[in-house]
Parts: sequence; structure tokens; C-alpha cells
Amino acid sequence: MSNTAMVKKYRNDFLREVEEKVEEGDWVRMCMQCGVCAGSCPLGDAWEHPPQEIFMMIRAGKREEVLGSDSMWMCTSCYNCIVRCPRELPITHIMHGLANYAHRLGLAPKANPTRRFAKIFWDNIATSGRVNELKLSLGLYFMDGFGNGIKKALAMKDVGLGLLKTGRLDPMGLFKAGGIKDKSGLQKALKKAREIEDTRKGY
Amino acid sequence: MADEKKIGAYICTGCGIGDRLDAKQLEMTAQRDGKAQVVKTHEFLCSADGVKTIQDDIDNDGVNRVVICACSRRAKTDAFAFDGVTLSRANLREGVIWVRPDSDEAQETTQEMADDYVRMACAEAKYLDVPEPNENHGNNLRILVVGGGITGMTAALESARAGYDVLLVEKGPELGGWMRKLHKRIPDRAPFDEPMDTGIDDLVAAIEASDKITVALNSRIARTSGAPGQFSVDIATESGSTTTENVGAIIQATGFKLHDPAAFPEFGYGNADVITSAELEELASAADGGPIKRPSDGKEVKAVAFIQDVGQNSTEVGKLRYDSGAGDLVAIKQAMYFKHHNGDDCDTTIIYDNLRTPGTAGEDFYRSGQRKEVIFTKGAVSKVDAAGDTLKVSFHDKILDEDTEMEADLVVLDMGMIPVTGPDPYATLEIDTDDDEAEVVEEEEKEDGVEAENPVEVSVESILNLDYRQGTDLPQLKFGFLDSHFICFPYETRRTGIYAAGPVRRPMDIGQAIDDATGAALKAIQAAENAQVGRAAHPRSGDLSFPTFRKEGCTQCKRCTVECPFGAIDEDEEGYPQYNEGRCRRCGTCMGACPVRVISFKNYSVETIGQQLKAVDIPDEFDEKPRLMVLACENDAYPALDMAAMNRIEYSAFVRVIPVRCLGSVNTIWITDALNSGYDGIILMGCKKGDDYQCHFVKGSEIAHMRMSKIDDTLNQLNLEKERVATYEVEITDIERAPKLINDMAATIEEIGMSPFKF
Repeated sequence: MSNTAMVKKYRNDFLREVEEKVEEGDWVRMCMQCGVCAGSCPLGDAWEHPPQEIFMMIRAGKREEVLGSDSMWMCTSCYNCIVRCPRELPITHIMHGLANYAHRLGLAPKANPTRRFAKIFWDNIATSGRVNELKLSLGLYFMDGFGNGIKKALAMKDVGLGLLKTGRLDPMGLFKAGGIKDKSGLQKALKKAREIEDTRKGY
Repeated sequence: MADEKKIGAYICTGCGIGDRLDAKQLEMTAQRDGKAQVVKTHEFLCSADGVKTIQDDIDNDGVNRVVICACSRRAKTDAFAFDGVTLSRANLREGVIWVRPDSDEAQETTQEMADDYVRMACAEAKYLDVPEPNENHGNNLRILVVGGGITGMTAALESARAGYDVLLVEKGPELGGWMRKLHKRIPDRAPFDEPMDTGIDDLVAAIEASDKITVALNSRIARTSGAPGQFSVDIATESGSTTTENVGAIIQATGFKLHDPAAFPEFGYGNADVITSAELEELASAADGGPIKRPSDGKEVKAVAFIQDVGQNSTEVGKLRYDSGAGDLVAIKQAMYFKHHNGDDCDTTIIYDNLRTPGTAGEDFYRSGQRKEVIFTKGAVSKVDAAGDTLKVSFHDKILDEDTEMEADLVVLDMGMIPVTGPDPYATLEIDTDDDEAEVVEEEEKEDGVEAENPVEVSVESILNLDYRQGTDLPQLKFGFLDSHFICFPYETRRTGIYAAGPVRRPMDIGQAIDDATGAALKAIQAAENAQVGRAAHPRSGDLSFPTFRKEGCTQCKRCTVECPFGAIDEDEEGYPQYNEGRCRRCGTCMGACPVRVISFKNYSVETIGQQLKAVDIPDEFDEKPRLMVLACENDAYPALDMAAMNRIEYSAFVRVIPVRCLGSVNTIWITDALNSGYDGIILMGCKKGDDYQCHFVKGSEIAHMRMSKIDDTLNQLNLEKERVATYEVEITDIERAPKLINDMAATIEEIGMSPFKF
């Protein structure tokens, strides 16, 4: 399905798209709109559309709004909603699935910090098989430009120095290769996994 | 019947009664004040030995008025059951020792309380007679079922299976009712996931094959008279002939009709592709397994919108105030038709406000619908109109909180169910008395008038054509549905021996209607069987007593014939009451109504209560021992007080509680007598009244409250404070409140002072 798919309101085209392409998307039809997920979310206030609304929007065929929303990026995976959902929908997983799908289509909000963090984190870990914390934090600090990076680093300097003193942060990490032994094996595995996913979901 | 009344009083000292009370003193009271010829004390009266003591006295000593001075009349009823004698109970356990503190200071008043209860029970015993079965009873056990839909057919089959002859009357040319029109029905068995066949043909075949069921098609009831066990019914056929049939009990299963969709032009009914759910059934049947096509151009339906609760749940003029309840399951079922016949890619959207899928079965069916990708949208539809070759449904999405619209090939409207009932006897009843009661009835009519403006068309054609003084049809509760207590006594109507089943009682689906029909059939059989032996069916099941009146004293005032909640009393040509004992529920509301006190039961009369209240020892004004009388409904208030006792909730020692059959049976003479005898306060405890009544006799408590609202005149005449008499609605769960009401009255008396009428 292209990014500009025409979706009719309250027809099931988008719902079927979600069922097909989104991780656990076939659960969306089972939502009974009780709102327990919305009420259970500890970050509920930060969501423009709580999960209940996202599910209704999917049924209403609001493709652009759902996939362009930053709501599912707010999920902290606390699993409150999954535990409480009377219909046992894997809501957390659906939210991540939606976010992932939106990202792959390029519809996810570009400036969303969670999305950017996720991307930095993924690139970091996928390269070497281990998270390089120093590179990860620096990447985060400087993702909004050099000036901002300095500001953030200064704001966090006490924490950073503490970590250094107690040996929790290796300053040489910036230059050391690090990572797992068989990096190319990991890359291959990831590549294959992606291929399988693409075939299955029909990207 | 023994010629002479011989009272035997038996005092039990078990359950701590002997420790708390002076049994010797109680014996003396029974002997001296109660005039009991035989007085015995037993340490364990309900034991085999205790019961045998009593039975021996009955057999050998001629005791025929047994007075048990032990526990509440509600306890040990199996042990204290003696044939051929009357039974009075002095409630020394729940009524005295369990509600009084075990202390030296309290001892004197506690003993006085017990003595009074012994006196009261003995006084009652003197005026009791052993009831005998009503001889004016019929022997007919045949069941008449009115209405040949699923409810009526089930009731007929169930009655026949239980071994009873049935006459099934249907106004139309064939059996089946609405069910005949259905394509499939909501499933009635696990896993509740697919619509199932209605099975209507098998059902009709079973009825036709039964040698116990006679079916009268194209027929109506032209006249119904008589009573349970002896109803006489004229059956008029369309061709004009009339036959008279005799039946023992009647089940009204006249079903429902659908609200008129044309009354709501905003939903576009009139456009060929906007149809009711009933019409969709025909469309689905016509598709004959192929895809369902829309009526306008025969195009295969690819998107359908179900609009739920059209014209329901609203106080707006022209709309139903209630929800038909079954419509949501119907919509799920019908959405599945499209998934089956038109393919999984046919979009089905159910626009609901409150989705009702009751029970596990409903929930499972709902989930099954969701699994089949039936889409549910919470919203309020404002408009349906044509848009090119499709329909546009405009609505407010209540989850997303926005006005929006969708396109559909077909729109299905869920219309409300309106019961098919006759005219409500109490909406048109004219009262030809000129006293205050007429006013109250007028007010009621006004209220009804407001509802009548809500132009939900209720058929005014009579169904049963009852030849009763109180109207031609079964009384209604709300919105045209027949009055039957939906929790406690679901099939009982306010006409004994006539039962309501199915959607005339409340909106329901097929499964519920089948349950209903089965229940009503059992009740009808019970009524006919009870009538055959001259006893009451409900709620005083097995009661042999019935009201009689002393004609010489009757002033033909008609209060009894007007107030009887069950229309049991007709009038003869001279205006005297004409009792139809079989229709009577034995509540005594007529007895309470009678201003000249000529109505009585053998074992319940103005005297049996009046003498009890007079038997109480009223201390001198300066003794600082007031006396309070409680007349408590034996169904709810009295058990509430018993349960308070079980919880050891204490209340005033100055109170004397007298159970009554129903607060409606309270004759105001008891109040006047009590005030004249020097009682300081009187409390009446009846059941909850009004639309959500809990009164076993439907109107008893309400009538009592109305009568007591006029007691102020009596109090004024006696120059007494109006606080001395209070009437309350007490529920069976008011375990803490009931004793509190008593204590509050005691406090009030302390405040306003003692009654000056002590001699």
C-alpha cells in the first residue's frame, strides 16, 4: 500500500491494512471501546490519542492521522493496558507495531524525540551488537546541533563525572571498537530477519 | 370444628428465653390475662418431645387454639404445624430477648414486653378460626394461551408436555408470529458464534401433532369472565362465529409490534435502501443463500450501516422512553448475514450508543461478531440521505467526538418494540365516589396523560375483554408493558390466574421469550391446580382463607371493589360486593378499606389485630413507660426486624410489633383504637411503593400510605400531635433502619410527651 492510499471513512480498508502489516494488528477489531487502556496509561496526558481512540480512528479510516500521530511513540511499555484490557488485546505491542509501520512508511513524525532516540539506539546496537553508552549519549546530546549538544552535556556533567569516577563510563569507548565477536554474523542475521519480515508483510 | 375454643399456651424456655425471662410469670399471664385453659412450659418446644406435648393436648385435651410463646412466627414453621387448629405466635426470642440488653436495669421492661406478647397472642387466638377451602371453585385445568408467536407456542407446548390441555388462540391465519419472518435467529447454545435456524416449522409441527393442544386461528377473545379454575371465554372467529370455552388459567403472549420508522424522517425511511431490521430478515431470506441485494437496484450490498435504538431511550415526544434491548444482538446477527452471504469484504458497521449484549451468550456472540470483522462505532446518527447511488449516514462519533459521515449501500434501522396490550384499566377507570380518593385517581390520570402525549401508539383494542369490574384488560406498569414484578414475580399480572409472558412484559429476544413462556406455563398450571382445591396461588400460596363480608352491615360504598389491587371483587346489581375468591390474593386490602368493617377472613380480621393491640397493658401516664405500636408488613418489614434481632440490634422495650398480611389490610380503626387506648406512638411499616414497588400485593403499601395521609384529621379530632403516627416504606434489607425508626419514634414521644388517653 502506498503512502497516499485512498481510504474511505468507516470502511474497513485501513483496518485491513493494519491487520495485514502491523505487528498484532489483527487484534484491533476486537476492541470494545471500554476505555480502560486510556484510563490506565500513566502517560495518558501526553498522548494526543489514547489507544482506545487510535483503535477507533483505525476503524474510521483515519490513515494519515493515525500513522502521522506521535501518540504511539509515547508508549513506555509499562504494560498496564495489556494487563487490564478486558478483551486481552496486546495493546503495547500494537502501539509499537503501529509506530514501526508508520516509521517504515516514512509517515512517522520526523521530530519526535522517541523516534529519533529509537533510531540512534538501533543504529548503535545493530553496528556492534552491544550498546556503546558513550556514543549513544553523545549521539543523543548532539542530535539537535552542536550548540544544543554542549548545553545538554553541561547540564548532565555532574552525572557524567560521577559515572566516570566510579568507572561506569569508559571515556576510551569513543575510540575503541568494542562489540561482539562475530559482528558480520549479526549483520547477516538482522538482514535475513528483515527480509523475512518484508516478505511476510508484503513490503 | 370444635364447638368450644380452648386455648393452649406453650411457653418455650429454650434459646435463652428461660434465662432472660421469668417463665412462671409468663405462665401466669397466659392463664390470668390470656385466659388460656392449658398452659405449659417446655425447655425445648420445637423438639420432637415439645411438639408431641402440644399434639397430645390437641388430640386428648381438646386444645384447638394453640399459642406458641417462643420464637418468631417465621422460625420453626415446620415443627409448629398442626392440623385443624389455629396457631398464634408470641415472639419472645426475636421480638424480646434478642433486641433487649441482658442487664438488671432492663429486666423489668423486658419482662413486660414478653408478658404483652403472650397476652397479644392469646387475644388473637380467641378470635381465630380454622380456615376451610373455598367451595366456590372450578375444576378446570385447561390452559388458554393468547397469541401464537414463539412465546405462545412455547407456553402451549410446555403446558401440554406437563400433561395439561391447551387452547391456543391466534388472531392471524397461521402460527409463528415474528419468528416466522426471521431468516435465522440469535444462537441459544454454546459456542454462541453463528446465527442458527429458527426451527419454526418443527415447532408448529409439534403443536399440530400434540393431541393436547387445540389451535384456534383467525380468532380473538370476545369475553372473559370467571376466575382461576373456572374462566369462561368466548372465542370469536373472523367468520363471525363465537364459541364459549372453559379454561382454568390464561397466558397472555400477545407479543409486540415495531415502532413506526416513518415517524423519524431524518433516518430516510422511504428511500428503498433504508429498511427496518424486520425487513432485512425478509431480504436475507429472499437472497436464498446468495448475496443480499439492495432493494432499489438489486446491486449486491458491499457496505451496510446498522443504526441502533432508533426513536428509543428518549423523553422526546414520539420516541420510546425505553430501550428494546434485543436490537443490538439482532444487528450483530444480521451483520453476520452479510459476512456469510456477501463475503468478508462486505463492510458492516453498527452505530450504537449503548451496546446491550446481555449475558455470557450475548458477550460471546458480540465477540464472534467482532472476530468476523463487524465494526462497532459509538455514535449518534443525525441524518441519512441519498448521495448519488449510495446513502450517506451523518453522525457524531462519540469516541472521536466529531461530526462525521459514512457511505453505505444499505441502511438498517433498529426500531423499538411496543407491547401489544389492551387498554390499561386504570388509565380510564372512572371512580364514582365523591370522596378524596377520586382526587388521587385524577392525579394519576394526569400523570398518565403526560405519558399519553408521548405518542407511542398503544393499541386500544381490548385483548382479553375481561368481564371484570376493574376494566377489560391487564393493568400496565409503564410504557404500556403489563404490570408484573420483573424480579420477584415475573409472570404474575394483577389479575389472578392470568399470566403475561414475552415482550408484553418487557422487551426481549427469542431466548428470553422462551424462558418466559415456560415460566408462565408453570405458573398457570399452578394457579389452576390451586384453584381446584380452593386455595390461593400467589403470593400466599396454599392459603385456604378468603375474605367474606357481612351483607347486613355493608353500605355499598364500593371502596373494596375499587381498591382491590387485583380486580377480584365485582358488584352485583344492588351494588354489593361480589367476591370472586379464586381471583383473590388474600392480602386483605378490602378489609383495610372497609369503613364499616364487615370484611374478614377466618384467621385474619379487624378483631384478630384489634384485640391484640387492646390486650397490651398500658401503664399509667406517670409511669414513664410509653407504648408504641408497630404494624409491620409480614413480608418485608417483619423479617427485617427479625434479622435485626439476629444481629442483636437493640430497640425500645416500649414497642409492640404486630405483623399484618399487607399494609393495605390496615384498617384505620386500629389506629383510632390504639390512640384511644393510650398508645403514645404508632408506626406503620410497609413495602416500597411506586413504579419500582416491592409490595407483594402491588398496591397494598401505596393504598395504605394514601389512607394514612389522611390520618391527621383523626389526630386533630383527638387533639393529638401528628408526629404520633408515622408511615414508612421499609425494605427487607433495612436491618439497621427498621429498629432505628422505632427508636426515633421513642425519642419523639419522649420529646412531645405521653398520650393523654391513658386510663
